[in-house]
Amino acid sequence: MSARDNILKKLRSSLEGATARPDDFNIELVTKPWNYGDTKGQVTQLKNMMESVRTEVHQTNQANWLDLFVELLKQKKINNLLYSPNIEIGKKITNYWPKNNELPKLKVYDRPVEEWKHELFFEIDASITSTLGAIAATGSLIVWPTPEEPRLMSLVPPIHFAILEASKIFNNFYEAQQTLNWAENTPTNALLISGPSKTADIEQILAYGAHGPKELIVIILEDV
Amino acid sequence: MNNQEKARIPAFDALSQHFKENAHMALRNKQLRQNMRTAMDSLITKRLISMPDENEREDLRELGNHIRARALSKLPDLLEKLEANLTKRGVQVHWAETTDEANQIIFDIAKRRQAKLFIKGKSMVSEELNMNHFLKKQGIEALESDMGEYIIQLDHERPSHIIMPAIHKNAKQVGQLFEHKLDTPYTDDVDTLIQTGREVLRHKFFEADIGISGVNFAVAETGSLFLVENEGNGRMSTTAPSVHIAITGIEKVVENLRDTVALVSLLTRSALGQAITTYVNLISSPRKMDELDGPEEVHLVLLDNGRTQAFADAQLRQTLNCIRCGACMNHCPVYTRIGGQAYGTVYPGPIGKIISPHLMGLDKTEDLPIASSLCGACGEVCPVKIPIPELLRRLRKEDIRPPKEPLHYVKGQGARFSRKERLMWNVWKTMNTNPCLYRKFSYLATRLRFMTPNILAWSQNHSKAKPAVYTLHELAKKHLGDNK
Repeated sequence: MSARDNILKKLRSSLEGATARPDDFNIELVTKPWNYGDTKGQVTQLKNMMESVRTEVHQTNQANWLDLFVELLKQKKINNLLYSPNIEIGKKITNYWPKNNELPKLKVYDRPVEEWKHELFFEIDASITSTLGAIAATGSLIVWPTPEEPRLMSLVPPIHFAILEASKIFNNFYEAQQTLNWAENTPTNALLISGPSKTADIEQILAYGAHGPKELIVIILEDV
Repeated sequence: MNNQEKARIPAFDALSQHFKENAHMALRNKQLRQNMRTAMDSLITKRLISMPDENEREDLRELGNHIRARALSKLPDLLEKLEANLTKRGVQVHWAETTDEANQIIFDIAKRRQAKLFIKGKSMVSEELNMNHFLKKQGIEALESDMGEYIIQLDHERPSHIIMPAIHKNAKQVGQLFEHKLDTPYTDDVDTLIQTGREVLRHKFFEADIGISGVNFAVAETGSLFLVENEGNGRMSTTAPSVHIAITGIEKVVENLRDTVALVSLLTRSALGQAITTYVNLISSPRKMDELDGPEEVHLVLLDNGRTQAFADAQLRQTLNCIRCGACMNHCPVYTRIGGQAYGTVYPGPIGKIISPHLMGLDKTEDLPIASSLCGACGEVCPVKIPIPELLRRLRKEDIRPPKEPLHYVKGQGARFSRKERLMWNVWKTMNTNPCLYRKFSYLATRLRFMTPNILAWSQNHSKAKPAVYTLHELAKKHLGDNK
């Protein structure tokens, strides 16, 4: 008999005569204390939570975000930026860049990681990605990587910019799972990102920039 | 002595598997005790701050308990469902009854891939396997990438806490360690130390052939591996190398995705006082055709290693509710004083005391069930309401069960059985249940109190036990007589 058969057989014989426990999941308990009313309330909660773990949060709108973004890039002295030209925000970036001088060089994640791993790991300054939404209760961005915006894009560059549409903020994790139909629609990889990478492994002293981004900058578009 | 050994700055050496010797040694280590006390006090406070509403906290613990109990009540079915859903998405599922089998499975994958370097996210099950050691013998390096794990690996130690593996060391000790091992200038500035770790490990993430991770929850409904972490090393380990191997105990399955909503909130708040960790990472398949990164192969190794034994008994089965938050350790007066390494087991503290006998046998962990004051703190804070004190009492019973009795769910039972002790307790029982004998004994004990023997084992840590001048019966009689 295989290990699998042995394990399952032992488990089954231990459960002989026992009935399965009922599913008494308490939806109210995981939603009611984590409700923030309208979008404004959600943005406030999200901002508070994210800022408490050293995330930079900016509130702006569709018309002005690029100007703000470029200003931030200059402040942070970023030389090159990883982005995806195939998504909405990427198209706007592509259009904006030629009209302005002294902007960081644009880089595109358009080939398998193996073909440019060294550059990605050691030479990219910053990345910008979209988000699927966010969770106000815990201050988390919801990111489902795609072929356009692969997994490492939000992890490897030292600075990560994320664009969030205010209307896509959910109150809590439960609401996000339900609304996104997550269980039926499971992606290869799904992420909640709630700040820049951090550790408290030495003496419990909080240090940012452990292995992932040292800085996370969230730009909230309040009119979408 | 070679250089590597000389450079060691051990906080504490668990030299033996003998808990009592280790505990005595640890108690004399002032630095260790100070490091532990500071850390545990802070973790206790953080947990409380993150759970300000007592009603919410208690209701959620109740729900957490129900979710875990429900999953265990359907465990074989859920494991099959998990396997089917993962397989459908291209994840390869392996089963191992023993740690040797699990190591072999991992080695076979490494051989096929001609892997030379493993990079590891945090996994306590890999500690159960002693995987790093096993791989090293096969010529494969397995490098820890969690900052705490990396620090203790540099110092050839094992984790002293399941969430904060290097909690027994302070920044000065880490600074000295880095100075010796990495040739960096000495500093006790934590930010600088972490940046040094980041530099070194970034190259390893880049080079590694295989990434290893544990699993916090395996979701049967969707076939997802649910991982939490703060550093990003977990995401790196599961994404950057071309192969990802997740290792977990068979009990880690939950039925539905929505169950993770309650469990993850309990986990991160109980463990670190955080509303959520920086990253929650759900992995459901290897890299798809059109995707540009992620591992080409994802494997899940499901390990038994004594868990089916705990599962066999309804009371002991509750041990498997555990979501490995470490809150029981943080609140344990014994753990706080001796640190995690004194236990000599992979899982220290209260959860270690109730799980290790199943993994290793009571004959190898005989002192663990009695290394407790039964104060009850562990049971009160457990996010999934494992009745740890009750299970400790149960294991104490198994610990002294006469060896000739048939096996009673815990291998190595009767490890502490002693004919002499059994006889003494029987005499004690007779004396205390027979009124006539009891009165005679208590009369003698009070009148002969000057002859009380000095029982060294007791009196070296406690004031000498001396009977009172009069028995309780005599005092009561006098009191009632006076009041008449």
